[in-house]
Amino acid sequence: MLTNLIFGNLTLEAIPFHNPIIMGAGLFMVLIAVGIVGLITYYRKWTYILNDWVFSVDHKKIGIMYLILAFVMLLRGFSDVVLMRSQQAIAAGAHHGYLPPEHFDQVFTAHGVIMIFFVAMPMMFALLNMAVPLQIGARDVAYPYLNSLSFWLTFVGAMLCNISLVVGDFAATGWLAYPPLSEIYYSPTAGVDYYIWSLQIAGFGTLFGGINFIATILKMRCPGMTLMKMPIFVWSVLCTMILVALAFPVLTVTLALLELDRFFGMHFFTDFAGGNSMLYINLIWVWGHPEVYILILPAFGIFSEVVATFSQKKLFGYTTMVWAIAIITLLSFIVWLHHFFTMGTGANVNAFFGIMTMLIAIPTGVKIFNWLFTMYRGQIILATPLLWVIAFFTTFAIGGMTGVMMAVPPVDFQVHNSLFLVAHFHNVIIGGVLFGFFAGIIYWFPKAFGFMLDEKWGKRSFVFWVVGFYLAFMPLYIIGLDGFMRRTYHYNNVAYQPYLLVAALGAFCVMIGILCMIIQLYVSIKNREALRDRTGDPWNGRTLEWSVASPAPLYNFAVIPTANEIDSFWYDKQRHLAEGHVHPKDLHFHPIHMPKNTPAGFVIAIFAGIAGFALVWHMLIPGIIGIVGMVAAWVGKTFSTDTDYYIDAETVKETELAHMKQMI
Amino acid sequence: MHSVATVDHHHEHHHDTDATDVFGFWLYIMTDCILFGTLFAAFLVLNYQGMTPIGLKNYIDLQDVLLETFFLLASNFTFCLAFLSLHKKKLFNTGVWLAITFLLGASFVVLEIREFIHIANEGFRWDFNGQASSFFTLVGTHGFHVSCGLLWILITIIQLPFLKSSTNILERRMTYLGLFWNFLDIVWIFVFTVVYLMGAL
Repeated sequence: MLTNLIFGNLTLEAIPFHNPIIMGAGLFMVLIAVGIVGLITYYRKWTYILNDWVFSVDHKKIGIMYLILAFVMLLRGFSDVVLMRSQQAIAAGAHHGYLPPEHFDQVFTAHGVIMIFFVAMPMMFALLNMAVPLQIGARDVAYPYLNSLSFWLTFVGAMLCNISLVVGDFAATGWLAYPPLSEIYYSPTAGVDYYIWSLQIAGFGTLFGGINFIATILKMRCPGMTLMKMPIFVWSVLCTMILVALAFPVLTVTLALLELDRFFGMHFFTDFAGGNSMLYINLIWVWGHPEVYILILPAFGIFSEVVATFSQKKLFGYTTMVWAIAIITLLSFIVWLHHFFTMGTGANVNAFFGIMTMLIAIPTGVKIFNWLFTMYRGQIILATPLLWVIAFFTTFAIGGMTGVMMAVPPVDFQVHNSLFLVAHFHNVIIGGVLFGFFAGIIYWFPKAFGFMLDEKWGKRSFVFWVVGFYLAFMPLYIIGLDGFMRRTYHYNNVAYQPYLLVAALGAFCVMIGILCMIIQLYVSIKNREALRDRTGDPWNGRTLEWSVASPAPLYNFAVIPTANEIDSFWYDKQRHLAEGHVHPKDLHFHPIHMPKNTPAGFVIAIFAGIAGFALVWHMLIPGIIGIVGMVAAWVGKTFSTDTDYYIDAETVKETELAHMKQMI
Repeated sequence: MHSVATVDHHHEHHHDTDATDVFGFWLYIMTDCILFGTLFAAFLVLNYQGMTPIGLKNYIDLQDVLLETFFLLASNFTFCLAFLSLHKKKLFNTGVWLAITFLLGASFVVLEIREFIHIANEGFRWDFNGQASSFFTLVGTHGFHVSCGLLWILITIIQLPFLKSSTNILERRMTYLGLFWNFLDIVWIFVFTVVYLMGAL
């Protein structure tokens, strides 16, 4: 009885000892974890790691932690790519490959979930944290403690997903877990529950991040920076966060209702007793479509920053760019049905959503033209960030065009759920989101770490990624048009095999690209003194983040700047260059009010993870411990009044003078 | 910005952060609104599938709903009295009005639980069909929010003596709680309209 209350459905059988691939992967994960713990212990860095990083409420550190999480999960999600591409390359005709269908199904599900929720979203929050407060002249985000909680919830969600590999299984339903397949009858194992709880936990992290950044952008801009003078990246983040705040509650409810069906036998989405599976499809895509715009809008913002900086010319059409972002934000809520034209709503409803979907291409086109017009007659610096932007122009245009093709319902009826669709969304996500985030990471890396990334290896990784992407996905467009469906572990017609071999080669090239990025990181760290950014402004930037040292001091700005125009930093620089001296008023220093680090965010998230794992396996006592622990930690923190401190003026002055000395 | 202005700057900084903090709480309330909106959407889809709802009518008793409404609305009134007492720095009165708010809110929750048990015993359990599932989930989520609010009220009462030297923190938190508590009242009005009145009349 007690064993049941403690362990629920969890038994040793949950660990697939007979499966070498999984055991190998699990062992690898354990070795990495042990390695990290071992290294920290060996170098006696526990106090430092815990106090300065794990408990940090500083947006700059949280941004770096998001980046590390995203990159580690990229490797995990990419291992799924290697499995899928190699399986499809060999499983033609008589051969059935090495992945049985029930395993293959988990691989593509995990691939989608990890890439969207644990790579793209964390990468996005990394960039938001690294750049937004600095760009608006603020000292931190509006709610630093909430920021810490957001990160750790995302981290715990990712870890829950990782644990599913070794303890139990993962959902085998596709990344959106449509019922009735995801209902308890057809998915009786823990897989879908892992899916639900890891996404719920990470989803709360994202939602809190949305609230945090909306408040930051609307309330904490420096004096003079009206909304129409903000950097375009900040506009794109504002609209993205509005999308987050409006869409993620829908995801929370939808997943909760699915879990209620599974846990309590309710009938929201069952195909009997008054349930309605189409309700799930609609709800999940009401979230799902804004989600892809949540991913792409910050990338668009990064493109605006990078294009202007590396063309050494102000962004063309600031106002229309803002309107385009706003219209995309609005339209993204009224197109969701284009994800399931084929599911029976009829021609009239399909027509409305088809037209709305095509309309979204218009503001997107406006933005692309504005970027091109910015580059026209600019003094182009062909550094790696700009290379990513240029690759984006062509790649995203192709992906967008195939999207507009599918926006036409009769066309979509032919290619729905084929590899044509798969190629389209990878085209826009990799070509748009990922290329944009890579550009942003290289662009803001010096600001976060104090040294540049190696250009040579950056360019090499760029070449392999772009070549790899086209090799991996162009064949999919072709065979998708020919009728090759998605999510298939095996196919009878061997005529498709050459295409899938090319696709596998493409995946291999991308792997080399990722390797080049790892080498780039290693080489950059090794040569960091030679690559050091001494001025804080390595790219001759236009916006406020480049006006402080690299890495930015703890308090960001010794004196909160005033911004009276778009790209005020750029124009200040031109004026100072003309005048030739530093203003004496810049040298007045005051004590700066800062929030204290706190373990609360981390602790709450850990208890959330315990509760999540317990709910997956119906372990009552651990579940109660998890939930009570979360509430206790949260409430306990509210009793604390020791939440802030002052950096004294002397320290500020010394830090600033040290930075100025470096610049000379 | 000079050293003379440092003190004013400090106070102004606090005032600004308070306004920002309350704004953030409004944002949270708006997301909670979307959450309830989605639950309402699910309820309407599952209860009005092309025909009039036959399930709910037979099980609900509008008397229950009337009493529940009375208790919840009354608790909102007493909360506002608590908030006014805090504003006048009368911490004991604040505690008393908060305690009364708690009792009224708890009565709401108790009545609702009794209603649920009664309906479930009649056979209209949450796993009976889609209508039942959506009823229990929508009304239950609201009840769950109210229960969280009750816990919050309790903690606030406990924290009154702890934080009596930092009344600005108390006022800020009471503002959040007030927004939350009033928001739940508004949601309840939608709940009894859409679920009970539309279902029963």
